[in-house]
Amino acid sequence: MDKKDRLCQETWAKSSSSGNELPKNISTEKPSFINFNFNSQQYEQKWEDTSIFGSRTNSSFQEFNPQSETQSLLPSNPNDHIKMADQENSQINETLQTNKIPDWDPRAMLNNLSFLEQKIHQLQDLVHLIVGRRGQVLGRPDELVTQQQQLVTADLTSIIVQLISTAGSLLPSVKHTLSATTTPVGQLGGILFPSGTGMNNSVQQQHSSGSKVSDQSNQMDVTGNCGTEQNYSIEEHEMKDEEDAEEGENLPPGSYEILQLEKEEILAPHTHFCTICGKGFKRDANLRMHMRGHGDEYKTPAALAKPNKEASSEPVLIKRYSCPFTGCKRNKDHKKFQPLKTILCVKNHYKRTHCDKSYTCSRCNTKKFSVIADLKTHEKHCGKDKWLCSCGTTFSRKDKLFGHIALFQGHTPAIPPDETKGPAGPSDKGDENEVANKVGSINYSFGSGGANGTGAQNVMDVKGGVDDPASYFSPLNFDTCNFG
Amino acid sequence: MKRQKMTIEFDDNNSNKSNNNLFDLLSEEIVFAILDLLNTNPLDRKSFSLVCKSVYNLESKHRKTLKPLRQEHLPRILNRYPHISHLDLSLCPRINDNSLTVISNACKDSLRSIDLSRSRFFSYNGLMSLALNCKNLVDVDLSNATELRDAAAAAVAEAKNLERLWLGRCKLITDMGIGCIAVGCKKLRLISLKWCLGVTDLGVDLIAVKCKEIRSLDLSYLPITNKCLPSILKLQYLEDLAMEGCFGIDDDSLTALKHGCKSLKRLDMSSCQNISYVGLSSLISGAGGLEQLTLAYGCPVTPALANSLKNLSALQSVKLDGCMVTSAGLKALGNCLISLRELSLSKCLGVTDEGLSSLVTKHRELRKLDITCCRKITDASIAHISSSCGNLTSLRMESCTLVSREAFVLIGQRCQFLEELDLTDNEIDDEGLKSISRCSKLSSLKLGICLNISDEGLAYIGMHCSKLTELDLYRSAEITDAGILAIASGCHDLEMINMSYCRDITDSSLISLSKCARLNTFESRGCPLITSLGIAAIAVGCKQLTKLDIKKCHNIDDNGMLPLAHFSQNLRQITLSYSSVTDVGLLSLASISCLQNMTVLHLKGLTPSGLAAALLACGGLTKVKLHVAFKSLLPHPLFEHLEARGCVFEWRDKQFQAELDPKCWKLQLEDMIP
Repeated sequence: MDKKDRLCQETWAKSSSSGNELPKNISTEKPSFINFNFNSQQYEQKWEDTSIFGSRTNSSFQEFNPQSETQSLLPSNPNDHIKMADQENSQINETLQTNKIPDWDPRAMLNNLSFLEQKIHQLQDLVHLIVGRRGQVLGRPDELVTQQQQLVTADLTSIIVQLISTAGSLLPSVKHTLSATTTPVGQLGGILFPSGTGMNNSVQQQHSSGSKVSDQSNQMDVTGNCGTEQNYSIEEHEMKDEEDAEEGENLPPGSYEILQLEKEEILAPHTHFCTICGKGFKRDANLRMHMRGHGDEYKTPAALAKPNKEASSEPVLIKRYSCPFTGCKRNKDHKKFQPLKTILCVKNHYKRTHCDKSYTCSRCNTKKFSVIADLKTHEKHCGKDKWLCSCGTTFSRKDKLFGHIALFQGHTPAIPPDETKGPAGPSDKGDENEVANKVGSINYSFGSGGANGTGAQNVMDVKGGVDDPASYFSPLNFDTCNFG
Repeated sequence: MKRQKMTIEFDDNNSNKSNNNLFDLLSEEIVFAILDLLNTNPLDRKSFSLVCKSVYNLESKHRKTLKPLRQEHLPRILNRYPHISHLDLSLCPRINDNSLTVISNACKDSLRSIDLSRSRFFSYNGLMSLALNCKNLVDVDLSNATELRDAAAAAVAEAKNLERLWLGRCKLITDMGIGCIAVGCKKLRLISLKWCLGVTDLGVDLIAVKCKEIRSLDLSYLPITNKCLPSILKLQYLEDLAMEGCFGIDDDSLTALKHGCKSLKRLDMSSCQNISYVGLSSLISGAGGLEQLTLAYGCPVTPALANSLKNLSALQSVKLDGCMVTSAGLKALGNCLISLRELSLSKCLGVTDEGLSSLVTKHRELRKLDITCCRKITDASIAHISSSCGNLTSLRMESCTLVSREAFVLIGQRCQFLEELDLTDNEIDDEGLKSISRCSKLSSLKLGICLNISDEGLAYIGMHCSKLTELDLYRSAEITDAGILAIASGCHDLEMINMSYCRDITDSSLISLSKCARLNTFESRGCPLITSLGIAAIAVGCKQLTKLDIKKCHNIDDNGMLPLAHFSQNLRQITLSYSSVTDVGLLSLASISCLQNMTVLHLKGLTPSGLAAALLACGGLTKVKLHVAFKSLLPHPLFEHLEARGCVFEWRDKQFQAELDPKCWKLQLEDMIP
């Protein structure tokens, strides 16, 4: 049990850090939360008896539930996600079923509306603040004014987009129903889901959304529908002004603006959403292509042109990004803050540093990644790391191995034990491949949605295997087997 | 002193009244002293050990080196000889892992050296047990172990005290295996990686980085480049570096080197096509102690090359075989070098009288000179050589065809310290031989294809050169029994004689040669007058005989083989092609346990079943040359069985050839040479 606890602590380390701040937040949306909480309990029960992971999620939820009471906003996504999970399992709860059937969820709508309300209030405050400060700050009036203008514009756009998005969810269409069963999965677990770790991730996200609320002053957008539109705090910016310049880029303070995306935005697979039907896209070009289907007005050259180019006449500040994770060096509150250059950097940084490494290489079953591109890069070379040192380190290049051996005393090249028998790989490796294949097939059946009542069990097996490839025979895994 | 010891011994044995064998009274020290002197013939030790039990036991105790014939006997002989430190297995074609395990368990820590260069069928298992059990192993020769892989090299790496390791032609060993050895065998002083084609810069570099004690490094024919050179040249004690045929190393990479190797004494850069004097001078800069330089088949010998050797005061030996040579280059070489003792210009193109003369007049201390196939030189060169280099001990001048018969008289008159003289294919005549007979230290004389010499000249040699051990009369057609008789009666130490195609030789020559008890190599190809009688005489007289070639001696039949089988127990190699030997004779040879190499082509009386029986009976065969017709006549499993024993078959498909006239053959040869 100690081990389990430790695991949980590790897994949920992020949330505990922000847990203290939670009580400050004001709950405005209790019904919505109750719904969610109820769902999550169902969820929890479901897993509890199947595997060790059940108990992991269980404990995490216990930790989570009290915190979430103070949560003001909840994205509708978790509901959808659990729907998905239920579909995978035949044991569907009645309550859940009722939740699932309508495509339009009034609670979610309410949720969204309250969010908008809050957002407008925030904007109001901001404008008040600007008005109040106008007389005080005379040092760089022009610059500040531009910044403030941008800020207000960004917030207004965000509100508009949110409003349209909320309205769009009311449009009934068969297409939407279909996409609702797939996109939520993508939105939360993303492509992680087929690898069998989607559950864990989604739970984590739900949970982290609780912690996110803590710095409500900064955050503006929970659902991530605004895409790249940013939350922005003027106080933060002023604080940054007083800080020293960054070593990395040597940009003078204030010469760039710091933007901070929230976790959901970072992890959301889609950043561009159709304002009419709500469909998400990764690229705005794809969105524009999609928009043509909604009417002739979207087919004009102006509508199809890149939107950002219009604003180029104004002097644009260099944008730099901050990681939302408190304590991270890439977080703007860090003493030696080093900003991230692009949104892509933010995404990769956040996934690599603050997310589970949920993609496991199917070849070696050892290396794990949180960014799928990293996995793909690794898989290209995996298995080619045939240069092995006696210390267990593998090298993809022979000269690197020899450099390593030349450097260290007592290290010697390791020769595969069955080398004399032929060029085939070591026998134990073969077993691993077998395991990997098995895992692969299970994954596949799950991902394709053809899983039945035992689907969840399978996932758990896979999870154990994928998560801890080194401990196939560890007691942890034994438990899994027993439960199964 | 001896008597004292004997009495002491006697006192000790007084209590034991039953002991009445006088030999038992000999002390251990005395027997050991006697055994130390019994080195010439292995059979002497054997017969000595059979004197009595105590001597037998003492001999077992005394013996340090062993050269067994078959692996089957290993457990018993190792049981008899507990103190073996050097084990030479070059006569055992088949040594499997089991044998190596037996060796390692029997010899344990006493074994210091093992030679597996001619053995096959062992793998890393055996080597591992050897390395783990024989902790004091210092020398391991694994040359020609073409089937060994990196795992075997890793096993060798367990021999932590290894100092000398030969891995020539271990083609399957790669950098990984060499890396293991580099890490494991830190005390390595010599490593030969010749023809280890799987070893590259990385492996060599690691050897140089990890084994700081290296004295001798053979990297010939490795696919190495300049990358490994800096670490090699940093080796503090490196004396001997061979980089023959390293095509990956060029001038550019050598000139980039900041410092040469200071400790270097011997450097071999033969067949390095991409290296000229520029790279060479960079490599040997600072190597003031360089003694021997081999640049065979390399860059042309020009004044520039000679200039780069200027500062090498210790340089004694230069080998430039097969290089393009200019007269100016030779002249400059003569001026730049200081104390040349040994020079080889064998097969060099462009060696002229002018160049050679100016060189030899500068180096009067020259001891060894090789001018084989320098076809342009004439009497003038020989005159200069003989007048300047009076201390010459070795002169090889095969096929210097422009040198006239008078020049050889000069050699005999002025170079009286000659020990080795190769006059193959020259114009020397009896007068020259008479003069050369004044070289009383002469031990090796090659007179092949010297068509002008006769018995008369040979008689002078036989009379005066009593130390002659090696005589080659190949195709010197004028030689008859009289000449051989003179040699046999004068040169008792004769070990090798070649009388091939001296058609007038008869049995009486062989009978006279049977007096030379040390004779081990006897070649008499194409002597049709020799019969079994002569061979029988040789077999009886020359017990040391190891190599016998009686190809095309049509009159030798089974009657010659029977005495051979009985007396020549040291015979290793026999060539019987075109003789009249049949199944019986061949089968009788099976009683010679050392017999390894057999060439039996065109034996009229040989039947497939007779051959099969003989092959099966000769247990130690390693190489057999057979006519391809037998391949289909004999069952395949038979060959498989023999190959598993370690025998290699070479199939020949030559037509039966009638012998050519010797003069006509010589003309043919001259046509071939440009």
